[in-house]
Amino acid sequence: MKSILSDKRLRIFFSAWWLLCIALQFFILKQIDVESTHAVEDSLVSIILLASGSFFISNNMKYYLPRKEKYWYILIISIAVGFFWFLAQRGMMWMILKDGDPYIAFIRSTALIRFGAGFLLLSSMSMFSLMWYGQQEYKELANRKTETEQLSKEAELFKLRRQFQPHFLFNSLNSISALIGSDPEKARHMIYQLSDFLRGTLKKDEQQWIALEEEIQYLQLYLEIEKVRFGHRLQTEIAVAEEALQFKLPALILQPVVENAIKFGLYDTTGDVMIKLQAEVENNNLNISVCNPFDPETAHPSKGTGFGLRSIKRRLFLLFARNDLLKTSIENKQFITTIIIPQTLQVEQKPVNEKERK
Amino acid sequence: MKVIIIDDEPLARSIVKEYLQNVQDAQLVAECSDGFEGLKAIQQQQPDLIFLDVQMPKINGFEMLELIENPPAVIFTTAFDEYAIKAFELNAVDYLLKPFSKNRFEKAVQKYLNQQNNSAAVERTIETAAESPSQQNRVVVKDGNKIKIIPVHQIHFLEAADDYVKIVSNDGSFLKKRTMSFFEKSLAQFQFVRVHRSFLVNTQLITRIDAYEKDSHLLLLTTGEKIPVSKSGYSKLKEVLGI
Repeated sequence: MKSILSDKRLRIFFSAWWLLCIALQFFILKQIDVESTHAVEDSLVSIILLASGSFFISNNMKYYLPRKEKYWYILIISIAVGFFWFLAQRGMMWMILKDGDPYIAFIRSTALIRFGAGFLLLSSMSMFSLMWYGQQEYKELANRKTETEQLSKEAELFKLRRQFQPHFLFNSLNSISALIGSDPEKARHMIYQLSDFLRGTLKKDEQQWIALEEEIQYLQLYLEIEKVRFGHRLQTEIAVAEEALQFKLPALILQPVVENAIKFGLYDTTGDVMIKLQAEVENNNLNISVCNPFDPETAHPSKGTGFGLRSIKRRLFLLFARNDLLKTSIENKQFITTIIIPQTLQVEQKPVNEKERK
Repeated sequence: MKVIIIDDEPLARSIVKEYLQNVQDAQLVAECSDGFEGLKAIQQQQPDLIFLDVQMPKINGFEMLELIENPPAVIFTTAFDEYAIKAFELNAVDYLLKPFSKNRFEKAVQKYLNQQNNSAAVERTIETAAESPSQQNRVVVKDGNKIKIIPVHQIHFLEAADDYVKIVSNDGSFLKKRTMSFFEKSLAQFQFVRVHRSFLVNTQLITRIDAYEKDSHLLLLTTGEKIPVSKSGYSKLKEVLGI
C-alpha cells in the first residue's frame, strides 16, 4: 500500500501543521512569561518528538490496519505512544537543562497538561491515518474488483464469440444457400453436419476432458464443412497412433489450433492447402502436431508464437502451469504447431466430475 | 454490362452466378478465386461491375482495389466484418452480407444501374477503408507485373511525387497512385508522421534530429536517409515522440 507521506500535498500539510504546533507552544509559553531560550527548547523537543510518535503510529498502520475494535486500537496506541513520548520529552529536557534550573520544576508542574495535549494530538493524527489508509484500501479493493469484473467479462465474450464463430457460420450458411440450387441433397447433408457441429460446440465447456478419439470425430465434422466451402483447395490428412486414441485432452484446445492452421494455410497461400494432423504418445504425454503451409515472405511466424496462438498458450499455462506445452517450428514452408497434453491432471479430476454428474 | 466475380469460395461464386442469370444484359466475363487473378481479369476485361469478397488469400479485396487505376463499380460480398462494413457502408455501390437473398441481390444490382457514375465513390471507399482498424499492417504495391507486399515496419519513409507516392523500403522504392493524406491516415497507427508537406516518415527509424536553418529541422534515419522537417511537421513529430 502507498505510504501516507507519498502524497506531496499531505507532506506539505503535515510540515505546516507541526510547524504551527511548534509556534503555538512557543507563544503559549511566552504568554506565561517563560524565557525565550527555554520556550524554544521546550517547543522544539516536545513537538519534534510528538511528530516522530505520530509518524510511528501511521507507519504502523501501513502494515497493520486494525479491522475490528479499531477505535479502541486508536485509544490504546495513543495512550501508549503518548506515555513514551512523555518520558522521552522529559528525559530530553533533563539533559538539556542544567541541574537546579527552575524550569525543571515548571515542567513537573505542567505534566498533566503536557500529557493531555500530546495524547490529543496523537489520537487525532492516528484517527486521520486510520481513515486515510482505510480509504486507500477501499480504493484498491474497488480497483481490483473492476479489473476482475472486466477480465471475466472479456473472457465470457471471448468464449461466446469462439463458440459462435460468426465468420464460419455465415459462410457455411452461404454455401448451403448455393447448394440448395445446384445440389439439394448435398445441401441437406451439410445442414446436418453444421447442426451436429454446433451442438457439439454448445455442449462443451472448457473444464471438460475429452478422449482424443471423440475430439477427432468432432474435428472431422468441422473439416468436412470447411472442405465443402473451399472445395478441392483444402485437403486434410489425419494420422493418430492407436494408443493415443484413448488419451484425453481439455475441450476447446485442439480445435482452435486446427482452425488457426486452416486460416493461415488458406489465406497466406494461393495454391492447394494440405493440413496434416499427427498424434502420438511420448512419456505418457499426448503430443499433437498440426502442420500447414505458409509463405515465409509475407508471414512472420518468428515473432513470438505468432499466428494468434497466444490464447491457447495461455490456456495451457492456466491448466498445467507450464509454458513449454505449445511449440511452433518451421520446416520448408510448413508451419508446425505442437501441443503437449500431460495426462496427470485429468486422472485426479475425471472421477470426481463423473460422480458429481450422477 | 460486363461482370466479374471474385471470391475464394467456389460455392459463394456459384450463387452470385446463379442470381446473375436473371439479370438482363449481365455478361459474366470472369470468375476469380483470389485478388491476383481478379486484378489480371479486371485489367484484361475492363468490367463495369465486380462482386468482391473481402477476406481472400494473400491480398484482401480492399488491397486489390487499391492496385487498380480506374476501379470499376464494386459490390462487396462478405460474411461478417464489422469494421469493414462500417468503413464502406457509406461509399460502395452496395454490400451484400452472406448469405443474401435473390431479392437483396437484385436490389444491389438495381442500385448500381441507378448510379452509373461511381468511380469517385469507389475512390472514396478505398480512402475510408484505409482508416478502418481492420486494415492490415502492410502495403500492397505493383512492381512491374508483380505484386509486392511490404510489411509496414520495412518502410523507411514516403515521398510525394506528383500524382504518386514514392514508398522507400528495405527492398527499394515503389510508386503507388494514392495521395499523401491517404497514407498519413492509414499509417498513423504505426507511428508514421507527416513531417513535411512531401514527406511521411516512420518514426521508429529516427536516430537523430538536427536543427537546420531557420524554423526547420533535418531527420537522420537509421537507414542513413535524411528527411527535411517543416515547422508544423516538427510540432507533430514532438507530439508523437513525446518530447
